[in-house]
Amino acid sequence: MSMNSMKLLLASATAISGLAMSAGTAFAQEITYMCSSDGTECATAREIFDRFQEENPGVTVKIDEVPYKAIVESLPVQLAAGDAPDMAKVTDLGGLSEYYLDLSPYVDAAYWEKNFGGTLDWYRKGPEDKGIYGLHSQLTITGAYINKTLFEQAEVEVPGPDATWEDWAAATRDVAKKTETQFPMAMDRSGHRIAGPAISDGAKLLDENGVGILVDEGFTTYVKKFVEWNNDGTMARDVWASTGGSAYQAADKEFINGQLVYYYSGSWQVAKMDEQIGDAFDWEVVGTPCGVGGCTGMPGGAGIVGFASTEHPELVAKAIDYLAQEANYAEMTAKTKNIPAHAAVAAKGVEYSDASPAAAAALNAWSAQVSKISPVAYAYQGYKNNRAMFNISVERITQAIVGELTVEEAMDRAKEDLKQALAETK
Amino acid sequence: MLAVLNPLMRLIEVPMKWMQDILGLKNPAWLFLLPNLILFGLFAFLPVIINFVYSFTGSDGILLADRPYVGSRNFDYLLDCSSYLDPNSCRDDFFWRAVHNTILFVILQVGLMVGFSLLTAIVLNRKIRARGFFRSVFFFPVLLSPVVVALIWKWILQREGVLNAWLEAVGLDSFNWLLDPSWAFGWSVFLSIWAHMGFYTLILLAGLQAIPRDVYEAAMMDRASPWRVFRRITLPLLMPTMLVVLVLALIKGVQTFDEIFAFTGGGPGSATTFIIQYIYNTGFAGTPRLFGLASAASIMLAIVLVILTFAQLWANRKNVDG
Repeated sequence: MSMNSMKLLLASATAISGLAMSAGTAFAQEITYMCSSDGTECATAREIFDRFQEENPGVTVKIDEVPYKAIVESLPVQLAAGDAPDMAKVTDLGGLSEYYLDLSPYVDAAYWEKNFGGTLDWYRKGPEDKGIYGLHSQLTITGAYINKTLFEQAEVEVPGPDATWEDWAAATRDVAKKTETQFPMAMDRSGHRIAGPAISDGAKLLDENGVGILVDEGFTTYVKKFVEWNNDGTMARDVWASTGGSAYQAADKEFINGQLVYYYSGSWQVAKMDEQIGDAFDWEVVGTPCGVGGCTGMPGGAGIVGFASTEHPELVAKAIDYLAQEANYAEMTAKTKNIPAHAAVAAKGVEYSDASPAAAAALNAWSAQVSKISPVAYAYQGYKNNRAMFNISVERITQAIVGELTVEEAMDRAKEDLKQALAETK
Repeated sequence: MLAVLNPLMRLIEVPMKWMQDILGLKNPAWLFLLPNLILFGLFAFLPVIINFVYSFTGSDGILLADRPYVGSRNFDYLLDCSSYLDPNSCRDDFFWRAVHNTILFVILQVGLMVGFSLLTAIVLNRKIRARGFFRSVFFFPVLLSPVVVALIWKWILQREGVLNAWLEAVGLDSFNWLLDPSWAFGWSVFLSIWAHMGFYTLILLAGLQAIPRDVYEAAMMDRASPWRVFRRITLPLLMPTMLVVLVLALIKGVQTFDEIFAFTGGGPGSATTFIIQYIYNTGFAGTPRLFGLASAASIMLAIVLVILTFAQLWANRKNVDG
């Protein structure tokens, strides 16, 4: 081979490899999914996205698993600063709506409307908005777990489906006394959690125009009871009173350790209960206590959204749409032990194959609670400024519990806080 | 050595002379300061300016373009009180609870900490057995991260913590130390003293060791009592160091946040919420994020800290001047 031929060959090889590299770069796309997990959500998403990557060569979905606190506190700041990931799991569904990517140009809108019609509104900016923004991956409902073994040991009858909060308080006090259990009842320290019982006691939370009011007679009625129960030992005072600000605090450890008779939390705890209680005692999900406003819990949960700031809107929409497909969604729901928000998946029923009989029964019990959710609860969950109302509820009710304010003063302060929060919200 | 250095110095001299020719005799100093000035400007001075500007704006937007000018509204909101002694009479009761808590905390923490530090320094200045070991023991908590400090004491004091286990073991009732506002506040003061005392003890120890021995020897010859020696010699000669310690502890006390936040979360209720946590809650942890209000509160805090810093500078100068 002459020197010239050699040079020509080298030049050609360099050009071809350069072209190949640039073509590779052009087709390689990476999107980042900011995920937080109560159990196996991120791991399950990884499994499904691995298949998505196989079906879409050159595409990488990077999962950035972060603590829930980062989703609540850091993500909004990142979004406002224009430094957001491509997609994320969010729980402040309406509050971040201004940043969402509208998936409707890229997905089969009819399929989404048919299967997620009930939750699409929670992600929208308002009644006029018809965009598709979020895949509700985790439909949750707030409600109660009981330690059934303690009821049996105490020989106290479990209150029926129409029992009121007062009935439950009396029954659990009785059980705790007879079994020498530390706490009769506990409720997670969360404004979302206390909303369900308040609605059951007649709280409206929003006015006729759909604007937040928070405090009314129904809300005050429940708060009075709740404060009294925290101070007379019916409710575990540690949960609400031991911390400050609007910090979230759960009472799952107390329940799992058998120190608690009745735990008001939500459906997302099933996997944890199943895994950590094992056969230590029998537990079950019971109907939400009733009042003049019904027997409602709060719907909620988390969804996967894309952000308008992404450089790959089509790919983000394609990835979310992939998760939304019936088979993938059913797999995700079963593996994460959640209640489906997908109408077809819900209609066919989810086979929680790796769930224990207790967990499967609990998940079915939660699914049965969905029909009892009050329209007020749905409206509150979809209200854009509900998170401000949740935080105000927690801060002011805690002050009433520890004695910094009376219930009346706390409620007056809550009204003022909400006024200021709404005035400051864009 | 000089034979090696001289050619090197001449090498540097060339660009230096060239720089002086261009910039003049005095200006090259600015060139050397420039990197530091840029860093300081970007990460210290600019945030202060932004904070100041934000304190006069409203809404929950982050970018200045999204934030309307509201004049002194944020300051008016914070200062709207019937009586500054009663947080319940204030429009923003959380702010005034935080102010009250901070003042009480600083008085108790600084007073007790300086007292204990002095006592410890005096003991550690004596020729006691294993003096080096004890000096290390008292200084050790200073090396711990604030979160570690908080978690250690949380595990000791929580409902099913070590302290309650001991109390139950000796037949006493357990108590939920962090659920009672007064106890939670008291333990917060204690924790803070425990965590920081070593640092101030070290400064005071250095101050004690700087006192000339001959003064003590003269007092011994005059048969002065130990108390008289302490009152007439140790305390007056240690006073400049004490002043520095006092001002440093005051500044640190006003800035208290991390360890108490990890320890109690500011609770029960707002019993251990201090001013920095109020700013954090208002600007970052709450919804909506009220950056304007948080900025206004931090400006007010900054004024207090500037006063304390001037006091520290004055104390330092007094120390140097003797």
